Amino acid sequence: MRRLPNGKRRWRARVTRHAPLPAWPGLLAGLFLCALILGPLAAVTWRAGGGGWPVAADWAALRFTVLQAVLSALISVALAVPVARALARRRFPGRGPLITLLGAPFILPVIVAVLGLLAVFGRGGVLNDLLLWLGLPRVQIYGLHGVVLAHVFFNLPLATRMILQGWQAIPAERFRLAASLGMSPGTVLRVLEWPMLRGVLPGAALIIFALCLSSFAVALTLGGGPRATTLELAIYQAFHFDFDLGRAAVLAVMQLALVVAAAAPALRWGAATGFGAGLDRVQRRWEAETPLLRAQDAALIALVALFLLTPLAAVVWRGLAGVADMPAQVWRAAAVSLGVSLAATVLCLALALALAVLALRRPWIEALGLMGIAVSPLVIGTGLFLIVNPWADPARLALAVTALVNAVMALPFALRMILPRLREVEDSHGRLATSLGMTGAARLRWLILPRLRPVLGFSAGLTAALAMGDLGVIALFADMENATLPLQILRLMGAYRMEQAAGAGLLLLILSLALFWAFDRGGRDNAAV
Amino acid sequence: MRHLILATGLIATATAAAAQDRPVLTVYTYDSFVSDWGPGPAVEKAFEAECACDLQFVGAGDGAALLSRLRLEGDRTEADIVLGLDTNLTAAARETGLFAPHGITAEFDMPVDWADDTFLPFDWGYFAFITGKDTDAPGDFRALGDSDLSIVIQDPRSSTPGLGLVMWVKSAYGDQAGAIWDGLADNIVTVTPGWSEAYGLFLEGEADMVLSYTTSPAYHLIAEDDAGKMAVQMDEGHYMQVEVAGKLAGSDQPELADQFLAFMLTDAFQSVIPTTNWMYPAKTPADGLPEGFETLIAPDKALLFDPEQARALRDAAIAEWQAALAR
Repeated sequence: MRRLPNGKRRWRARVTRHAPLPAWPGLLAGLFLCALILGPLAAVTWRAGGGGWPVAADWAALRFTVLQAVLSALISVALAVPVARALARRRFPGRGPLITLLGAPFILPVIVAVLGLLAVFGRGGVLNDLLLWLGLPRVQIYGLHGVVLAHVFFNLPLATRMILQGWQAIPAERFRLAASLGMSPGTVLRVLEWPMLRGVLPGAALIIFALCLSSFAVALTLGGGPRATTLELAIYQAFHFDFDLGRAAVLAVMQLALVVAAAAPALRWGAATGFGAGLDRVQRRWEAETPLLRAQDAALIALVALFLLTPLAAVVWRGLAGVADMPAQVWRAAAVSLGVSLAATVLCLALALALAVLALRRPWIEALGLMGIAVSPLVIGTGLFLIVNPWADPARLALAVTALVNAVMALPFALRMILPRLREVEDSHGRLATSLGMTGAARLRWLILPRLRPVLGFSAGLTAALAMGDLGVIALFADMENATLPLQILRLMGAYRMEQAAGAGLLLLILSLALFWAFDRGGRDNAAV
Repeated sequence: MRHLILATGLIATATAAAAQDRPVLTVYTYDSFVSDWGPGPAVEKAFEAECACDLQFVGAGDGAALLSRLRLEGDRTEADIVLGLDTNLTAAARETGLFAPHGITAEFDMPVDWADDTFLPFDWGYFAFITGKDTDAPGDFRALGDSDLSIVIQDPRSSTPGLGLVMWVKSAYGDQAGAIWDGLADNIVTVTPGWSEAYGLFLEGEADMVLSYTTSPAYHLIAEDDAGKMAVQMDEGHYMQVEVAGKLAGSDQPELADQFLAFMLTDAFQSVIPTTNWMYPAKTPADGLPEGFETLIAPDKALLFDPEQARALRDAAIAEWQAALAR
């Protein structure tokens, strides 16, 4: 905002005084969020009678955690830029379904996805078979590179979608103007695409960084040994092996501090792009219509599809055998998961909209949203358990708590998608709407919601799918009747039933993708996304 | 959201109403005990047939999570019985002061003597490396370290078998344990957070061997008709896991709790264990073990630290493990 010319800033200040959209829902949502995250943290600390000091091994865990999270975030985002660009420039049959499918790795339960990855990159995987056939030495997946590979597998689709959204926010008229001025692809990159990327990339990298900070099972399983200890494992150990609640709380605060430290610069650099309004035409990219660029984009899309879809194919293949004879508990769990997921979606969208309106005036609000993924689910779960336990049987609230926590965990993604679009809408149409006296509910109904529809649909799809696949806090609260599908998969695996677990994994994949597709599709109706 | 809370509340109320006329015995246990394919359903049916009560299992993660939950709840806990701790946890569990003596004298069919007045064993097993039938596996830790076999193990900081292996090496080699881990370090492909991930990786062919129990091949043989897996017999002997149950001092159903502990050692409970929990029953039932268990290896020597020793040695033993593997 600071970069806008003076006149515009004064104008904005005047608009703000009119308060076209009320701030109180955002304030309420913010308070609720703080209470939900800081409350449990405080409860754990209080129960421990104060914080504990981290031990030497925790500092090593901190270093490794930051290292893998930074690498994962940077590589995911760096790879996502050309992929998103290729997808933004090309229209081809099956593009829509492909974009939906590319989102799948992100929503799988970790262990299902890891087994899928190993089917490709593992010792007996496709890649090593191929290398063997070519007479080349085997590659070893276990180590820091394996951790980063898995995190890129999970997060590249997310980064691609966030960046793609940025591309689509550039009004089609700009590309038309660029074409009529005879701009080369290089010039278009410099004049149109780079300013957009500068606005979008820091936020995308920040979210992936925050996500990877609390990685536990992936980091340890693929990391190859105790070198790959993350803060989240240290928290788990503090809780369950040492019962050192004070240390767990301090470690959780360290996680939180890392995200806040990363959020400050990222949110500052990720400034608004200020392309102004367009007429919502379908983008056409005259400058990129050369055979060479066409071939380059096709190759990129094919490569990334191969990277993301081969492990998924392995998940499907492994699951087919088990899907026929799954125990009744699996179906019950699937129904429970669906309910939790829909409740989480409604809650998340409401929170995100309220906070986004507030964040128009106070950009740092977005950092508040990030806390949800920054704080260890184990700490939130334990804290909520401590808070609930004196009043009610925690098992009775298991599903409500799971929906709540999932809504909060998906909030950063929803905010990241909704906020830039809302800012664009307000920048381009806000003045007119205000001068027409369109405020409050009417403004929301007629101006904002229709224009946010694609991002709302995507956010809803992502939240629903995430909530389907999340293990999060349920493990601490659940009893037998209300286990979710991911928990049931883990239980099947814990009883040697790998085949049935793979079947349940496939069921989860199908349900999550169907939810994601339905919401995303609903949002994209009539839109050219 | 509100509907969900309402629905959950209604279901809970309905269940409570149905059981109102019978006293409720609440047993905290680990997850896999209560699943449809675990011992829980059969045990519940058999006990309810003789107790005129409502037996309610509450599953809480694994053994370590079980103890954490109990500590979080403290005196306020609803639990009458906790079932599923092992000897690595009982020292800390006893220290909470939440448990009462069981008052039962019994003979057990276990390779070690049992004289604990608070915790009663219900099953046990030996840790072992599992591999394919054709693997030429060395019979001791030194030779294993020298071999080029790949192994996947669990993290002792987050998993019971992982801790079991660290204690195994410690009890067999004492001060030399660090050197043994140095030898094993290059064989260990990766360390997983829990048993499931490690066993899954092994079945996917990611390693030649996995740390599990001597009874694991029985699952493949009996449930899958697959005789292709075997446990490797080690000359040092095999470390044991003994799983126990205890009665809460603050239980509001002390007689029922006593009745359950006594029931736990009868055939009705013990005969369910081998093919649901895939462990050895603490007291062999009259009909003996199921067919297929006779094919399992019988270690020459059983290793087990007593609970106080286990607790005293744990942190240093894990540090040795970590130092060797972090290199």
